[in-house]
Amino acid sequence: MSVLTFRGGVHPKEGKELSKSAPIRKVLPGKEVVLALGQHIGAPASPTVAVGDYVLVNGKVGAAQGAVSANIYSPVSGVVKAVEPRMMANGLKVNCVIIENDDKYEKAKDPFKCDGSKNSILNAIKEAGIVGMGGAGFPTHVKLSPKHPKDIEYIVVNGAECEPYLTSDYRRMIESPEVIVEGLNIILSLFENAKGIIAIEDNKMDAIIKMRGYIKNYDRISIKTVYTKYPQGGERTLIKAVTDREINSKMLPADVGCIVNNIDTVCAIYQAVKNNQPLISRIVTVSGDAIKNPCNLEVCVGTSIADIIEEAGGFKGQPEKIISGGPMMGTAIFDINTPVTKGTSAILCFSKDEVAKHEASNCINCGRCVDVCPAHVLPARLALHAEHGNVDEFVKMKGLECCECGCCSYICPAKRNLTQSIKTMRKSVLASKKK
Amino acid sequence: MEDNKMLKVSSNPHVRDCESTTTIMMDVLIALIPTTLFGVYNSGDYRMYSALLIFITVTTCVLSELLFQKLLNKKTTINDLSAVVTGLLLALNLPCNFPLWMAVIGALFAIVVVKQIFGGIGQNIMNPALAARCFLFLSFTSHMTNFVIDGVTKPTPLAELKNGDVTTPLRNMFMGNVGGTLGETSTIAILIGAAYLLIRRIIDYRIPFAYIASFSVFILIFGDNRFDLEYLAMHLCGGGLMLGAFFMATDYVTAPITPMGKVIYGIILGVLTGLFRIFGPNAEGVSFAIIFGNILVPLIEKVTMPTVFGYGKKKKGGKKA
Ligand code: SF4
Ligand code: SF4
Repeated sequence: MSVLTFRGGVHPKEGKELSKSAPIRKVLPGKEVVLALGQHIGAPASPTVAVGDYVLVNGKVGAAQGAVSANIYSPVSGVVKAVEPRMMANGLKVNCVIIENDDKYEKAKDPFKCDGSKNSILNAIKEAGIVGMGGAGFPTHVKLSPKHPKDIEYIVVNGAECEPYLTSDYRRMIESPEVIVEGLNIILSLFENAKGIIAIEDNKMDAIIKMRGYIKNYDRISIKTVYTKYPQGGERTLIKAVTDREINSKMLPADVGCIVNNIDTVCAIYQAVKNNQPLISRIVTVSGDAIKNPCNLEVCVGTSIADIIEEAGGFKGQPEKIISGGPMMGTAIFDINTPVTKGTSAILCFSKDEVAKHEASNCINCGRCVDVCPAHVLPARLALHAEHGNVDEFVKMKGLECCECGCCSYICPAKRNLTQSIKTMRKSVLASKKK
Repeated sequence: MEDNKMLKVSSNPHVRDCESTTTIMMDVLIALIPTTLFGVYNSGDYRMYSALLIFITVTTCVLSELLFQKLLNKKTTINDLSAVVTGLLLALNLPCNFPLWMAVIGALFAIVVVKQIFGGIGQNIMNPALAARCFLFLSFTSHMTNFVIDGVTKPTPLAELKNGDVTTPLRNMFMGNVGGTLGETSTIAILIGAAYLLIRRIIDYRIPFAYIASFSVFILIFGDNRFDLEYLAMHLCGGGLMLGAFFMATDYVTAPITPMGKVIYGIILGVLTGLFRIFGPNAEGVSFAIIFGNILVPLIEKVTMPTVFGYGKKKKGGKKA
């Protein structure tokens, strides 16, 4: 069995053993559900309900605006309490629909139907409000509508789950492999020339074996074992590993005949197409050394993060840092009284902040950041240009190719915040380009 | 809500590797233990003296760094152990009977002139220990080339090689009981330390391997005894090449950061060392080759920028014409 990979990357402490063996448990939201209208890449949805309206489970509360946007549905029944800006986990204020949960969970009638034709599958995915659930939140129907569908050769399902601590994809693969395989099969029905690949890191051999058992009857689908290394599950590094094709930041995976989807996204596609179920919940790993009972929860979008921490037994000691997402690319949380979104893959609570422990010192030019950078740029130099505001040099040295994976900061013995500097500069360059 | 006041926020990533500048310097020091112990042992009557010499250079380096930073109101960095490494490397580049006051001057030169004036760790252009060695060599040539072994002054194997009458057996050169600076004589001791650094991935194999390979090719072609492997082995083991290749050329700060640059840097060092040894006035050439190579590093980096991911080979698949 060949194990595939890319050049660069790091091996942070996995921490997956904490929550690995905890089966996915469904939890119900609390009294108040906060549904952000902008929780995807693209235009925020516009509210379709007003204060005082009564909404049902699967009832639409936000309608997609324009081509790149996504619908928002309610996971509960109850009265709309407010439509107002609320703080998100990342500290930004976003317009939200707030629903008072009446705990009756009365269901609306199916918001859309799917008859199995290509168009109706794409429509179901669009209507269901499905976005990339690995964290980026790019609307999936846009991803699945490339200019030349016939040129798509590979549909890659990202089961690498390379971020430390995260185990939700792993649990999905162990618990419902048939949903993943069927979901992938649905996507394959849109692309007649494509093969399906499920890529799984070799630290999850049991998942690999399990999934192998389920693909027997699907001759277009294969399982590929990828080497356990962060960021193996990055879009560009994963494509490189399984197809040996490379894309840069200006290209789309479709330019090299690939489309990559996250495990949770594929499951959501299955639910939309087979059960006419819009996206209202996702799997969240709640873990870290400051969590009493690390676990994997099926959580409704809009549930308060504080509530799901409670579901995991609450804190063990005083947490110093809480992260939404993985420790390498996730966002540190300001306030736990903020809602789960479609992109919340994990809530990690740590009793010690590893970053605050260290103080940055001079770069010793050791080259470790260069060795680990999956984009093959020179992080040490880029960070310097970024800190000195040398935009031209930064762009010339391909600073925009950085995928913000965090490997350089992770490895730097001088504890320099390279990723942060590069990321900040990238954002400002990209923003000024748009103007 | 009370808890939240305590939460720390910062940009990703939120975890860090356990290696730090200090642990790396510690590893270098560990790797230098065999060489240092052997150097002291090999000093014969000067054993106590050479131990004192090492102590003096290390202390001078650390104290001068501390003082310099205190006087200029800078953050002190002596805890990163880099000054200790510089001090030790400097001592290993001196003859065992080298006058202490000159060693102090060398150490001050290394830390103050070569390292701190340029901005401290990471900012220096030349390897401090080596620059100090070259400085001492030019200032006190006779003291720097006076090697005592077993109580008598003897030329180094390299000098014998240069003069064409080698009396030292190759075996001795490998083991190290020959004339030379404190740390350069024992090839085996250096290789043990080098293996440690390579296994712990503290140093990149590219520089020393490219260095030794290109030097070997150069010697085989241009050396006095062409294509003579024994002659080559003497060149490899009889002077400062091993110490230079594994412990000096690999100094992060003064080597290129690009992978390809490291190979080219190694090759340049090999050729320069060969040139200096064969065609230069002195028997040895490692220090000057590396110092010269240090100066070329910005240029080497410029021409060896790596191919950025996604800009390399022609892409397969996708939109076919
Ligand atoms: S420069 Fe960007 S892509 Fe490269 S390691 Fe750092 S964060 Fe990752
Ligand atoms: S890892 Fe840190 S110390 Fe090493 S070259 Fe990169 S920035 Fe400099």
